[in-house]
Amino acid sequence: MNFYAIRAIYLFEMARTARTLMQSIASPVLSTSLYFVVFGAAIGSRMGDIDGVSYGAFIIPGLVMLALLNESISNASFGIFFPKFSGTIYEVLSAPISFVEVVIGYVGAAASKSIVLGCLILATANIFVDYQIAHPFWMIAFLVLTAITFSLFGFIIGIWADNFQKLQVIPLMVVTPLTFLGGSFYSISMLPPIWQKITLFNPVVYLISGFRWSFVGTADVHIGISVGMTFLFMVLCLTFIWWIFRTGYRLRP
Amino acid sequence: MEPIISIKNLNKVYASGFEALKGVNLDIHKGEIFALLGPNGAGKTTLISAICGIVNPSSGEIFADGHNVVTEFRAARAKIGLVPQELTTEAFETVRSAVTFSRGLFGKPSNPAYIEKILKQLSLWEKRNAKMIELSGGMKRRVMIAKALSHEPQILFLDEPTAGVDVELRRDMWDMVRGLRDRGATIILTTHYIEEAEEMADRIGVINNGEIILVEEKSELMRKLGKRQLTLHLQSPIDSIPKELDSLPLELASDGHELIYTFDSQKEQTGIADLLRQLSKHDIDFKDLNSTQNSLEDIFVNLVRSDA
Ligand SMILES: Nc1ncnc2c1ncn2[C@@H]1O[C@H](COP(=O)(O)OP(=O)(O)O)[C@@H](O)[C@H]1O
Ligand SMILES: [Mg+2]
Repeated sequence: MNFYAIRAIYLFEMARTARTLMQSIASPVLSTSLYFVVFGAAIGSRMGDIDGVSYGAFIIPGLVMLALLNESISNASFGIFFPKFSGTIYEVLSAPISFVEVVIGYVGAAASKSIVLGCLILATANIFVDYQIAHPFWMIAFLVLTAITFSLFGFIIGIWADNFQKLQVIPLMVVTPLTFLGGSFYSISMLPPIWQKITLFNPVVYLISGFRWSFVGTADVHIGISVGMTFLFMVLCLTFIWWIFRTGYRLRP
Repeated sequence: MEPIISIKNLNKVYASGFEALKGVNLDIHKGEIFALLGPNGAGKTTLISAICGIVNPSSGEIFADGHNVVTEFRAARAKIGLVPQELTTEAFETVRSAVTFSRGLFGKPSNPAYIEKILKQLSLWEKRNAKMIELSGGMKRRVMIAKALSHEPQILFLDEPTAGVDVELRRDMWDMVRGLRDRGATIILTTHYIEEAEEMADRIGVINNGEIILVEEKSELMRKLGKRQLTLHLQSPIDSIPKELDSLPLELASDGHELIYTFDSQKEQTGIADLLRQLSKHDIDFKDLNSTQNSLEDIFVNLVRSDA
């Protein structure tokens, strides 16, 4: 294992975040705060409780997930897409490192950013909405697991994309709709029965449900299933990345 | 002695179906400066990329200091530094952080004193905190070299190092390359300028259409270069060269109409006077004569043409 290489990639990526602090941290925190103000404080005060908590508190886990997913994917995909685009990837390819180090470096950095961001959003939410965390350990576990899994997913997108449009299309056209329909703003039990079934094909449902369980103690799906599904998705991403590096797909001609 | 780089039957077919390398066999000796000479599109960059791990070889094997570059890539790549043909840099990174990053990437613990040394050597120390985007093309090229040297490689690849480079940088670069070689490093550079190969290299390999068509000590090439030919256009054709002239480097050409004498222009005695005496003794008259010099350029052009 080439630890110096992992450290070099990780620090390089973190330095890139530091250079773009406004865009990478401040802007997602701000936009998520707007949701808290609008849905939590303003509209939420006219809504009844869901699952025994105020609407404002109910949507917090979903909103954190929304930001976490988007930021993990965009950070990780950009992190690997850009060297490919600019040509600096040659150095990573010619270095004495395997895909394990490359992934730990890039995905580790992207996930770290997302985790910091998730914590900042939770801290900001506290200003507008009262909420409790029923299972702090699981809350952190879900946060970390989701950040890593979706950074892996973003990494795959970054390798697959050969232009800027492709880089945006999956987050915009797939992930955002799935997140909105995954129960960020409502409980699945509020849906008509048929949609309750269909929605279970949406992987984001399990993330949000599990994450919300760690806050409020109740969930749409069993917590075990949520954890299992998240792990399954992570394993799928890892397998795909292993295949990418083995075949050189979009990396080594 | 075991070669520092050994390439065996290397083939590269790109996904497009294009055959960029065709059965390349090449050994690079430890401590030499090797120039890979070839026209644009010959496969120079592809060959270097295959050695360095940027391109997957289609078949064949490559060893760097005895390590297979695919199966033992860690050991192999740790020894290699690469200055690619294209100037690719992260625009907003500073010079020093870019070079420090490269060293870490190649698995070396940080060593600010060493980084300082190479930055100074390459006249980059003043610019150490400048962002890449603020640098001129020549400066960027220097940074690429510093990055390649950051992990103290034993083998250095320079892919068209002087393309678009000013005279000063060129001179600095050659000084640096010679200095590295004097300290035991092996340097492989590609170029399509013959003068560059001539000026720098210990050995020269010529590549064209994905095939190595010649590998020669530069001194040997220069010897061929020093050869001149005197062509005598005869009055009347002869069937054979007279017995007494057998010992001379003579050839009959154009169905006996021409006599070609090869001699070394760098020698005191060319033997031309003697030749002419012998010819008149045998009643061989000539109506015209001319002499030609082989340049490396000619050799190169001939090789490339006959190959096409
Ligand atoms: N990724 C690629 N896909 C298809 N063909 C390529 C690729 N890279 C290079 N080639 C082709 O391979 C040949 C050799 O290219 P290259 O090694 O860059 O030559 P050189 O460095 O000698 O100029 C060229 O004809 C080039 O068009
Ligand atoms: Mg080239």
